Amino acid sequence: MTLATVLIVAAALIGIGLYGALSQQSFVMLMMGLELMLNGAILGVMGFWAFALGGAPEGQLLAIIVMAVMAVEMAVGFALVVAVYRKRQADMTESLTTMRH
Amino acid sequence: MIDALFLTLSALAIWSGWRVFRVDSMVRASFLLMVSFIAVGLIAVLLAAPYIGIATIFMMAVEMMVMALFMVMFMMNPAGLNPMVMVHQHRFAVVAGIVAFAGLTAAALLSDLPSRPVPESAEVVRALGHELLGPSMLIFETAGVTLLATMIGAVVLSARSGRYGDSDAGSVPPGLTPGGEPAGRKPDDGRGRPHHHGGQ
Repeated sequence: MTLATVLIVAAALIGIGLYGALSQQSFVMLMMGLELMLNGAILGVMGFWAFALGGAPEGQLLAIIVMAVMAVEMAVGFALVVAVYRKRQADMTESLTTMRH
Repeated sequence: MIDALFLTLSALAIWSGWRVFRVDSMVRASFLLMVSFIAVGLIAVLLAAPYIGIATIFMMAVEMMVMALFMVMFMMNPAGLNPMVMVHQHRFAVVAGIVAFAGLTAAALLSDLPSRPVPESAEVVRALGHELLGPSMLIFETAGVTLLATMIGAVVLSARSGRYGDSDAGSVPPGLTPGGEPAGRKPDDGRGRPHHHGGQ
């Protein structure tokens, strides 16, 4: 287990997440892609913290911030899904061709 | 031993992350995503960050349960009874994912990465606690306020009324007698009607 291997695993998670975020039509599956990318980001941060920062606590703090970003993304994302579903009965990206209220 | 564990957990994280977009059932997809998160949390524990690792596991377990509930409530095919392929711009997405992976891997392999591992004797959780409630308290508190703002925003967005109109527009109060007419004023029929029917 080295920094390079941890970063490669993180890169794989980010790559899969990017694929999911770009390819999925369902809003929730799209959000899963974003979550997977943030998952990779956390892993990268933890790898750098463990192997390159000498245990400086700021690295762990950054991981906590990424986790907060994840929670925000999830909450706002689901709220938007609910709002769109209420207005348009839609759960697919293709059914939204306009941003009008 | 740690290397073998790391390899296993990495393989599990990547495999389950990949399966998220390959299974037919959306509920299964959210549980696979949870497996991926748990594997990453355990890798964080291996990396000498027990607090972050366990916090990730707890948070993601709850988050993915919520996600599974949303799947059942809103999405088509939550149980995976039919084959499901719901993708657009598939080839572009595959290429983008591979390019991102290759680019990041190349950056990781070609960079001159510093090597300052965590000392064996370091009390990492204690250090994190002192950091959170000491020098970085402002950042930590800002994250808390951000989460509060998120909660308010989520309620505003998902409440029945949008930005305009009364907050109770569209809601139907229960009748005064069982099965009777709804109490209170009648909701305005012309507003907030859906423009499209059906998912497509």
